[in-house]
Amino acid sequence: MQVVSSVREPLITGGKSVADVTQDICKQVEGKPTKSWFAALTVSLMVLAFGTFCLLTTWWEGIGVWGLNKTVGWAWDITNFVWWVGIGHAGTLISAILLLFRQRWRMSINRAAEAMTIFAVLCAATFILAHMGRPWLFHWALPLPNTFGSLWVNFNSPLVWDVFAISTYLTVSLVFWYIGLIPDFATIRDRAKGKIAKIAYGALSMGWTGGAKTWSRYEAVALILAGLSTPLVLSVHTIVSMDFATSVIPGWHTTIFPPYFVAGAIFSGFAMVQTLLLITRKVFKLENYITIFHIELMNIVIIITGSIVGIAYITEFFIAWYSGVPAEQYAFLNRMFGPYWWAYWSMMTCNVISPQLFWSKKIRTSIAASFILSIIVNIGMWFERFVIIVTSLHRDFVPSSWAMFSPTLYDIGDYMFSFGLFFTLFLLFAKFFPVINMAEVKSIVKSTSTKD
Amino acid sequence: MKQSNKQYWKGIEQLTNSHEVVKNAEREFPEFLPINENGESGGSSRRDFLKLMGFGIAAVSLAACEAPVRKAIPYLNKPVDVDPGVANYYASTYSLGGNYCSIVVKTREGRPIKIEGNKLSNITKGGTNAQVEASVLSLYDKERLTGPKAKGADIDWVALDKEVISKLEAIAAKGGQIRIVSNSILSPTTKKVIADFKAKYPTTEHVTYDADSVSAMVEANSQSFGQAVIPSYNFDKAQTIVSFAADFLGTWISPIEFTKQYAVNKKLGKDKKTMSRHYQFESNLSLSGSNADYRTPVKASELGLAVAHLYNALAAKAGLATVSVKAGSFKNLDKAANDLWNNKGKSLVVAGTNDVSVQVLVNAINSLLDNYSSTINLAQAVNYRQGNDKQMAQLVADAKAGKVDGVIFYNCNPVYDHASGTELAAALAKVGFKLSTSDRMDETASLADFVAPDHHFLESWNDAEPKVGSYSLGQPTISPIFKTRQAQASFLVWAGGSDDYYNYLRNNWKSTVFSKQTSLMDFNTFWDKTLYDGVIELGAPSAASVAFAGDVAAAAASLSAKTDNGPELVIYQKVGIGTGNQANNPWLQEMPDPISKATWDNYLTISQAMATEMGITFVESNTSLVNLKVGGKSVTLPVLVQPGQANGTVGLAMGYGREKAGRVANGVGVNAYPFLTSANGFVSFEITSGVSIEATGEKYQVPQTQTHQTYMKRQNIVQESVLSEYVKDASAGRFHPHVMGYDGEKKPSEISLWSGHTYSNHHWGLVVDLNSCTGCSACTIACQAENNVPVVGRQEVLNRREMHWIRIDRYYSSDADANDVKGLEIAAENPEVVFQPMMCQHCNNAPCETVCPVAATTHSSEGLNQMTYNRCIGTRYCANNCPYKVRRFNWFKYHDNEKFAAVNVAMNDDLGKMVLNPDVTVRSRGVMEKCSLCVQRIQAGKLTAKKEGRRTNDDDVTTACASACPADALIFGDMNDANSKISKFLRLEEKEDKKVVKEERAFHMLEEINVNPNVFYLTKIRNKDLQENNV
Repeated sequence: MQVVSSVREPLITGGKSVADVTQDICKQVEGKPTKSWFAALTVSLMVLAFGTFCLLTTWWEGIGVWGLNKTVGWAWDITNFVWWVGIGHAGTLISAILLLFRQRWRMSINRAAEAMTIFAVLCAATFILAHMGRPWLFHWALPLPNTFGSLWVNFNSPLVWDVFAISTYLTVSLVFWYIGLIPDFATIRDRAKGKIAKIAYGALSMGWTGGAKTWSRYEAVALILAGLSTPLVLSVHTIVSMDFATSVIPGWHTTIFPPYFVAGAIFSGFAMVQTLLLITRKVFKLENYITIFHIELMNIVIIITGSIVGIAYITEFFIAWYSGVPAEQYAFLNRMFGPYWWAYWSMMTCNVISPQLFWSKKIRTSIAASFILSIIVNIGMWFERFVIIVTSLHRDFVPSSWAMFSPTLYDIGDYMFSFGLFFTLFLLFAKFFPVINMAEVKSIVKSTSTKD
Repeated sequence: MKQSNKQYWKGIEQLTNSHEVVKNAEREFPEFLPINENGESGGSSRRDFLKLMGFGIAAVSLAACEAPVRKAIPYLNKPVDVDPGVANYYASTYSLGGNYCSIVVKTREGRPIKIEGNKLSNITKGGTNAQVEASVLSLYDKERLTGPKAKGADIDWVALDKEVISKLEAIAAKGGQIRIVSNSILSPTTKKVIADFKAKYPTTEHVTYDADSVSAMVEANSQSFGQAVIPSYNFDKAQTIVSFAADFLGTWISPIEFTKQYAVNKKLGKDKKTMSRHYQFESNLSLSGSNADYRTPVKASELGLAVAHLYNALAAKAGLATVSVKAGSFKNLDKAANDLWNNKGKSLVVAGTNDVSVQVLVNAINSLLDNYSSTINLAQAVNYRQGNDKQMAQLVADAKAGKVDGVIFYNCNPVYDHASGTELAAALAKVGFKLSTSDRMDETASLADFVAPDHHFLESWNDAEPKVGSYSLGQPTISPIFKTRQAQASFLVWAGGSDDYYNYLRNNWKSTVFSKQTSLMDFNTFWDKTLYDGVIELGAPSAASVAFAGDVAAAAASLSAKTDNGPELVIYQKVGIGTGNQANNPWLQEMPDPISKATWDNYLTISQAMATEMGITFVESNTSLVNLKVGGKSVTLPVLVQPGQANGTVGLAMGYGREKAGRVANGVGVNAYPFLTSANGFVSFEITSGVSIEATGEKYQVPQTQTHQTYMKRQNIVQESVLSEYVKDASAGRFHPHVMGYDGEKKPSEISLWSGHTYSNHHWGLVVDLNSCTGCSACTIACQAENNVPVVGRQEVLNRREMHWIRIDRYYSSDADANDVKGLEIAAENPEVVFQPMMCQHCNNAPCETVCPVAATTHSSEGLNQMTYNRCIGTRYCANNCPYKVRRFNWFKYHDNEKFAAVNVAMNDDLGKMVLNPDVTVRSRGVMEKCSLCVQRIQAGKLTAKKEGRRTNDDDVTTACASACPADALIFGDMNDANSKISKFLRLEEKEDKKVVKEERAFHMLEEINVNPNVFYLTKIRNKDLQENNV
């Protein structure tokens, strides 16, 4: 039994008992879907359908349907890819690092955050495929034995590192998430009345018995996976940032990118978790599980990572001036005052200035403000990637090749595809899977909610 | 017959009536067959079902995929000269609309695929230009007529001849007038054919006109020297060149020849530290103007005045009487006069305006400077332009008056490209017999009763006499693709002779050229040798001074003056499209104009001041449409703000606005010819009064390949200096970047992550001389033809996705301070221009190679950066990481794609595909491509050397771009070969396994990032005074 300070705010409010937890979470899975859920799913599916049309057109016609050109070879595709990968970071951070640091407040949110991670990484993966000129040959980027003689991938290329980083991350996240789901699936299985539900959840729970030994193994596995995931939190976005950092293009070629990208990823990931949880909490009436305390803590993470990102932006500028490299200096001036100044200042406003509002306790404990700011942060983070990719490329060394980029319907449509996919998956998850880790939350109901 | 009860048994088993036999008696295969593994019980198992279904699906889907029928027909009897896979080369002659080039045609399996310059010619000396390079694609234009036509319907040649002869005889019988209209004809034998025709029909007159007429020059020479000719010019002998609106490097008279000559004095090196100096006075910024050391924008109406002032300045020095002209001040004119005077006899003044008064004044100046004994050779008259404006005007007048009964348009299109085209079109209704030999139903041919389509020049026998004493032969390089007939043969038939033009040509040569030479006694040997060489030069009288007999005062007095305050319109030719006779050639349409970098359009070039006045902005090729009104005619067209455009003048390119050229050209741009006026009987390309321009407010986008005009004073890109500095220090203008390390400043090449490559055999390199390059873009088209580079069309150029492997970056200088980032983006009002050809730099530390995830781009053992198309998965990472932005991505499938069929004809039409180089892959959608330094040529050259058991040398290999360059600005070669031109030029030395370049002018672009290219640039040196940043 842990000793809990009597002044500490309880993590779960409303005097919930262990049975209440089961009831509150399971009722979403067992009950009929609500109208608002159906409405949301319909919208998501429509977006997905439109996006699928655009994506198929892109694959059929070639990526010429996008707005890219001879100078700007990546734009929305890689912007979206980095953005989604970044969002995916929060899940692992919450489930792995916070687990290792024994931050129990994570228990209410880690399930949804991990689900978000997996779906976000899937969305990112669609852009890896979509951005290829010949996506049907994507497997050539894998070091597979082949009949072409000694033909192998180029291990110098950061894109190959990306392939490894992303696939490892997806695999580990998926396993981690699934292992965590097993006891909860067993709970639902035990309560299930319908035949299909019994079979489905029975299969999903993989014969979980709830024996003491099983629990012990479960916790050991969770700890091992947490240990495995922790370096991934840092490595994935570090490697993504190396796509840019190892190049020669002014604005890309900077050593600050790895930490800056990781901070940015956590920043955008927490903002996305915030957005999703605020909705889930409201729709599924989980106010007692996801409390203002959770929201505030996440806002604090946002303010910290947002400030790191802000410092990174300023450092980049300082180094551009300090380096004495004219091309580098021009690249940064061009970001601020060039034709894409609006993208730069959108990024600055959304990422650096807006999170600073969270210094005010009133704002960071306001649900409406948190919701709006979390969306603004993600808009800002999208612009950050756009600024890095497009404004660096569109005016690099040789002025004769300077060009502008403007998106087409298919740039937008393919981005919408990822939204459609993400929300469809998330809604299905929210309906059919327990959105809060019941097993873990039960362990803190008593210790943090009562004062005996 | 008695019924037999005999029984026969199949075997002992049947006799014994065994169980097995009875059971299997009715079955086809009594034995066990493995079809049905379940044995006797019958029926199929689930496994069988799956097997059969699998086979069925596979079989059906295989059957559904129809294998494409490949029409590869082997030779039954192999032609002696044709070896599959081995190219044949034939010397021939390009002459189109008076433009001349001696060429060598590369054919593969009997089809011409590439045109190279003929180095044996003393006129073009192996140079070509974009139009010559592109003409091979015109051969495979499927919009050429496939046979003769009568009143728009197909007819056979026999019937056509019969009808034509009867019509001609009818006209001749009643004494009616017949006219043959043509552009300048360089061929002496063709002229003889026409003479034969005239002999048969004595009322025939031959009328020659040129769309880009210089008729006034001929008239002026007649007035000045009594010789109605155009002389030979020797720009190579001129130390001071002054050009008044003559674009001699781009389009004026014989640009390839002049570029070759001009480039001689642009070369610098260890042993040559002198250069010619070039002044240009003009309204539009021309190719020549952009290469000038001093350029002064002058209004078209004041150009004559400028010439007169120059005459006065020189006359004053010579102590001759000056002429009285209006006052005027022209920047650099006095300086030019001084230079000319100091270089008497080594100078050259030319004027491009079709105005007799101006040309007489120019003649007077050249005469005064003794140039007729050195740089101008009147005795060696050229035949490039023989058009006579007055004759043509007379023809139009006669036709209008109904005095012409029959007219034959011999390979010309006056309805489109003559100032009075519209009048002529109307007047043609009154002409009883109209015939055109055009290869297509063009604007003129479609009005003719008969069309007797001529061969393409690559299908014809021909000859040419470009200038006195120089002859060249043209030979067919493919048998006629369509049922066309050589026009000369047609004329011969109509004149009652045989259609054997080949023997006619031979016989004519026997009696003319052969008899003039003495080196070969046997005609067949002579013929074979000439055919092999392509040219024969018998020599011409050298330049000798002639007495000037022109009336300078009268000429000065009759200089045309401006009558209103409106803008002035100057009609010019673009280097690519020219007069528009090859407008249906997509390579030329997509070739970026060297100056404006615009494709697929013509536009009004206006000065920045005028644009500001009209409230028009021109940013990122976004512009507005205006209404241009001249006299009663008006047209709506886009404007393009052109730095260097003389304020108050506007420019418009001819050759556009075709209506009946074919699907490529129709509707591209607007037709400028109707705006041409006539002054004193000569076609005037400068319309100085009655011009008005109104903004319409409508938006428009001009497809440009370059939208940023200045190099932002980035010394790591363009390095230049002036001659006086260069003489003092050969490395003048060089930029030496340094990288600060912990142990002090270092050269970028001293710090590297890479261990470098060793090139044990060859090490290919390319040198680009920024000083010689005129920007003419011949290399771009040569590369396009050699490397099967797709054409992408107007919209894709707007999307900034043109595919050219070699581009010419054109930068204007800026007046702004080097720290004024925004200001540097704006080009100066009258900027200096620099052209920088850009192709893959073949970096030794290539940034593209390290980032490709699948190793599709790799380094060869000979220093080439190679692209493996079929390994590429299209991530475009390499293109992003290329600091030179030379990589080109196949955004779409450009071949066999209906969406590109109208523009990329070389990869979509069955006929067009014949131009493709079989040694170069046609790239598929989704892969990256770029300059390979013509690796296929390198391999072929290595093979040639190997067969002969020696090392490859300079003669074996050169790239298409270097071979095409009329200025010899590109030097390709093996840097491991101490005897190669490139090694000698760069003065390469081996030092600790590293090559050290001793040539001071050579630099690497973007040296500071140390990608260490195998392409070197040479600094641009201008022959101007220091301190003068802006001319």
